[in-house]
Amino acid sequence: MKYFTRMKIRRVYEWSGKPRSFNRRLKTYDYDSFAISVEGLSKIIINTGQDIFIEGCDEDNPYVAKVTRLYGDENGQQMKAVVQWFIRVSELPVNKLKLLGREPHPQEIFYYECRNCDNEVNVESILRPVKVKHLDSNDPFPDSADKDTLYVKLSWDSKVFRVVNSTVVESPAEPAPASSPPSCLKPSLPMSPSCSQSAATPRGPSRRVLPTPDHAIMHKASLGEVGCSSVGTPANVEAESLHSATKLSASKCLSAKRRNATARTPGVRKRLELSSPEKSVTGEEVLSQLLNEELESKVTLTRRPPPSPAHPLRVTHSLTPLRKAHRPTGAQCGVPLKSSSVFLNKWPLSDSESPLSPAKDDSTRATQKKELETIKEPVLSVLAEVENEKSPMVTETPRSSKRKSAMLVSSRIKKQLNLLENHQDPNSSGEEEDEFVPSKNDLLSSSEEEGQDEDGPNIDDQVSAKKFRYVATGSRNSRSKQKSYSSARTQRRTPAKKISPGTPQTPRHATPSIPIRSLQTQQPANILEEARARLHVSSVPESLPCREQEFQDIYSFVESKIVDNTGGCMYISGVPGTGKTATVHEVIRCLQHAADMDEIPSFHFIEINGMKMTDPHQAYVQILQKLTGQKATPDHAAVLLEKRFSNLAPRKETIVLLVDELDLLWTRKQNVMYNLFEWPARRHARLVVLTIANTMDLPERIMINRVASRLGLTRMSFQPYSFKQLQEIIMSRLNKLKAFEEDALQLVSRKVAALSGDARRCLDICRRATEICEHSAADPSSTGLVGMSHVMEALNEMFSSAYITAIRCASTQEQLFLRAVITEFRRLGLEEATFQQVFVQHQALCRIEGLKPIGVSEGLAVCQRLGACRLLLLEPSHLGVLQRIRLNVSQDDIFYALKAD
Amino acid sequence: MSKRKARDAHLPVGECIKQVQQILRERFCERRLPDRLEGVEAQYKHLLELLRRTAIHGESNSVLIVGPRGAGKTTLLQCVLRDLQKEEKVQKNLLQVHLNGLLQTDDRIALKEITRQLHLENVVGDKVFGSFAENLAFLLEALKKGNRSSSCPVLFVLDEFDLFAHHKNQTLLYNLFDVSQSAQAPIAVVGVTCRLDVLELLEKRVKSRFSHRQIHLLSSLNFTQYLERVWTQLSLPDSFPDKKFAQEWNAGVKTLCEDKSVEEVLQRHFNSSKDFRSLHMLLMLCLSRVSVAKPTIKPADLLEASRMCFADTTANMLHGEYKSYQRSVFYPWSEDSK
Repeated sequence: MKYFTRMKIRRVYEWSGKPRSFNRRLKTYDYDSFAISVEGLSKIIINTGQDIFIEGCDEDNPYVAKVTRLYGDENGQQMKAVVQWFIRVSELPVNKLKLLGREPHPQEIFYYECRNCDNEVNVESILRPVKVKHLDSNDPFPDSADKDTLYVKLSWDSKVFRVVNSTVVESPAEPAPASSPPSCLKPSLPMSPSCSQSAATPRGPSRRVLPTPDHAIMHKASLGEVGCSSVGTPANVEAESLHSATKLSASKCLSAKRRNATARTPGVRKRLELSSPEKSVTGEEVLSQLLNEELESKVTLTRRPPPSPAHPLRVTHSLTPLRKAHRPTGAQCGVPLKSSSVFLNKWPLSDSESPLSPAKDDSTRATQKKELETIKEPVLSVLAEVENEKSPMVTETPRSSKRKSAMLVSSRIKKQLNLLENHQDPNSSGEEEDEFVPSKNDLLSSSEEEGQDEDGPNIDDQVSAKKFRYVATGSRNSRSKQKSYSSARTQRRTPAKKISPGTPQTPRHATPSIPIRSLQTQQPANILEEARARLHVSSVPESLPCREQEFQDIYSFVESKIVDNTGGCMYISGVPGTGKTATVHEVIRCLQHAADMDEIPSFHFIEINGMKMTDPHQAYVQILQKLTGQKATPDHAAVLLEKRFSNLAPRKETIVLLVDELDLLWTRKQNVMYNLFEWPARRHARLVVLTIANTMDLPERIMINRVASRLGLTRMSFQPYSFKQLQEIIMSRLNKLKAFEEDALQLVSRKVAALSGDARRCLDICRRATEICEHSAADPSSTGLVGMSHVMEALNEMFSSAYITAIRCASTQEQLFLRAVITEFRRLGLEEATFQQVFVQHQALCRIEGLKPIGVSEGLAVCQRLGACRLLLLEPSHLGVLQRIRLNVSQDDIFYALKAD
Repeated sequence: MSKRKARDAHLPVGECIKQVQQILRERFCERRLPDRLEGVEAQYKHLLELLRRTAIHGESNSVLIVGPRGAGKTTLLQCVLRDLQKEEKVQKNLLQVHLNGLLQTDDRIALKEITRQLHLENVVGDKVFGSFAENLAFLLEALKKGNRSSSCPVLFVLDEFDLFAHHKNQTLLYNLFDVSQSAQAPIAVVGVTCRLDVLELLEKRVKSRFSHRQIHLLSSLNFTQYLERVWTQLSLPDSFPDKKFAQEWNAGVKTLCEDKSVEEVLQRHFNSSKDFRSLHMLLMLCLSRVSVAKPTIKPADLLEASRMCFADTTANMLHGEYKSYQRSVFYPWSEDSK
């Protein structure tokens, strides 16, 4: 036996066939169908108009929808499907269920008419086809436990239930699936509704009557089973005939039959009554079998539709071995017997069956017996297996041991079938073989009982596929773990509800871009311009000098995590402009290169910046968007991320997350930081978090213990650059371009190192110095290089305080006022005075200076002007003369400025 | 000389006065940019070069224009932009975004305004949709997608720059400066403020990303220059239709400026404040006294205007209150007798 992990399943979605049309405006191609293929297996085609499961938050109850349109963008990156949603009972708000006025059937779904829900999904979220049946509102639900057939009676528009027309619900007749379908092996992704049904059927008898089978075998099989489960309720099965007529292959029919057999439903009878053309053509053999069966249990026989004539012999093969094995089981079959005579009349050929009848009896008995043993065991699996006898592989499942008898029977059947097929019906057998495969898988997957199956992996695929979901990759796939499905559903489906109705939304396809410039950029014309371009902070250097050690540490940290498939956190601190982010980017570049060279496993790099978001919780949104492209609200995104990082996910590569400006992500509860540091510790997360902030002791200062503890002790501190390092940085950027004098460079780097060690500042000063040099180039004494004088000028411009100049340039009255302020401060012995007090001093000073004293209004205006420049700090001006005044510059500065006059 | 021109040369006095009023008022109200800036040539050149490099070379820059109120910061910037737009290479290559700290009082509004002025694709008509976070992400994404050589440079003018520094987390400033320091769409950020301590308002990360270029507009002009300025401000341009009237007017202005009492008044104004806006206010008051009957500015007009400018409003009010109170209480008959 083989169990495959989910990881191994990878579905590949691709368009089948050529695009049907091209939409010029939206640049999309419309398609008729697409194919889902699973590794190593053949494809399953899904056409427009088919009903499908779309992965939802509840794996057992995926969302149901019908494909109305398929389209993709030009380059084939995006595959989108427009769907019509159905809503499950479980997704309805509980209080709304009262409106239904009756107990909802668990299998019941409602045609979802809410217009404002998003009906566009990613094709990748589609799981498999499903069977959706329309029932008249008065009809009772067919009674069976088949999970894969759903019934629509009513529509739901978020307010009321309405009766829905069957034409809207039922899929229109579709063209036969593309060439590959018959060979589809994967049970979980059946090609057509019938297949999907069959996939699930083994677990329990299907309540739904499936499309009329073409092959006698199917009929027989079904008949065989009919006897055993005799519970039947009337149901409408009209739709099936359509399906069967159009697209069902023999295998599908067969599977359908099996299902039918397991649950004998009144639907069968109805089908007979319908007497679709196909049915009328059915083969004699099957009929005879049916009749035979009838002898045992009349009810079942009557209900069978006439089988198609093509494969009469088959039936016999399969049945014969069973006969030997399980004779004694006959007793169980006869439970519900209804008068079958009416139906019998309709069958024209019922008499012809006789020679095979014993075989049928046997088979039915055998199947019945099996069924009794476990419901899960599908009778038809035997049949399916028969087809595949050639397959060498034997998958043993735990169950098989219990069921030795069954295995025995099946193997015998196989042998016999093989023999018979070989001489009797080569054509049909070939055809059937193909068609059988999926159904067989279905059966096997559920029962896992039969030993020989070359498609073992498929079975596993199927089984796991049911449980397994990709982490959502499109907006549609997003799952939330919200407690009530209904709320989750509404959120997903109806984003418009949140926005007030009528508000136009942001254009969906808006692409962020800046217009293209009309003229080419000029290339640097001379050395100074070239130097300036290279010295711009934005220009990416070939290498990062002076941070080799830090680079190595971060590189080995991240690399080891990637190689080990583990996660971890690292905290990087340092004052602004010391190359933290640049170093991390450089590390990522190198790692990316290594990954491209296949030296290390590939990884996914995500960068968020606390300063580039409006709210700490937006971090979730941004991470999710960069991870999957989904858009979600912060809460929803947090849930999704939580799920992603705590679950085993498919194709998961290590994620390297760079969180810049970590301190901005601080919230009162610190839950954002908590999550960021918690996730890497998860077993399956494979998340490496690099955090960057300015303060070395940030974890101790602002983080509560449980957050700081999760951050761990992997820390790194970037020291401010020393002057030598700054010099080296400039030199490496200039890259042997002779634009600066040595001394000038040293002056700049020493000055900056003494002040802040900020490399950005250093580069900016150098850039400014080149400009100054350029302006003074007319000067004949200039060498064309940036010299000390230019650098000095640039330094002065950038570092000298403007206060002194401002005081020098102030008007006489303003200067006097500043002096008055100081005088008053001295007099009071305080660093604060009211305008009134200062104004008295000011008047006195005016007289001393021989100026005409100014009025109070003018004095206030002077004071306000000084306040606007922030030479003075003022109280709000409405206080008038009572406003208090403080100096914003040191008194020494003022004296210096005024005395220098 | 054609007949029409000859007639134009001698407009009626009323017409001339009207023209004078219009020209000078536009000038004093700063409705029309001066053809040539005086006293700030260095700053003008610096700013012009900076913005030109952004437009032509795609070099990102950030700069602050600092100066007291009324010193001509906005005028400088407008002149630079006007002259820049005259250049063929720049004309189609520069997008402009103008923000004012008094209007865009928080980042949400500012972002919407930026998006609107840039006509990004999430603008419908004149409205910007999407949440604050979406808008920010959208704008950043747009800027990030650009690169130096292909994207159109964007000029951000932030008037009342200091008010932007009070926005929460200085998100907008951080992002603008960050873009200007990284290899994204070329942008130039020009902040205009009157606060000398504006750099201290910036958070350390924001400050580190700012290029620390500051253009100070601190007028160091002396009284002679001030007088000259008054004279040029009052003179009529050569293009004035009635040459004769213009000559007379200019001569009148010259004598006015040489008048002792006028000089005294102007000196007082100069002592009080060097900024041009208060000077314009004074001259405007003079101008409003010019009429057909009195087609020149007399020294008395200037004295009167000066008196009005320096009037102590509080005292005046008290004085006026007292006077009218006195009149009504002590001379209740005075009203009647009139």
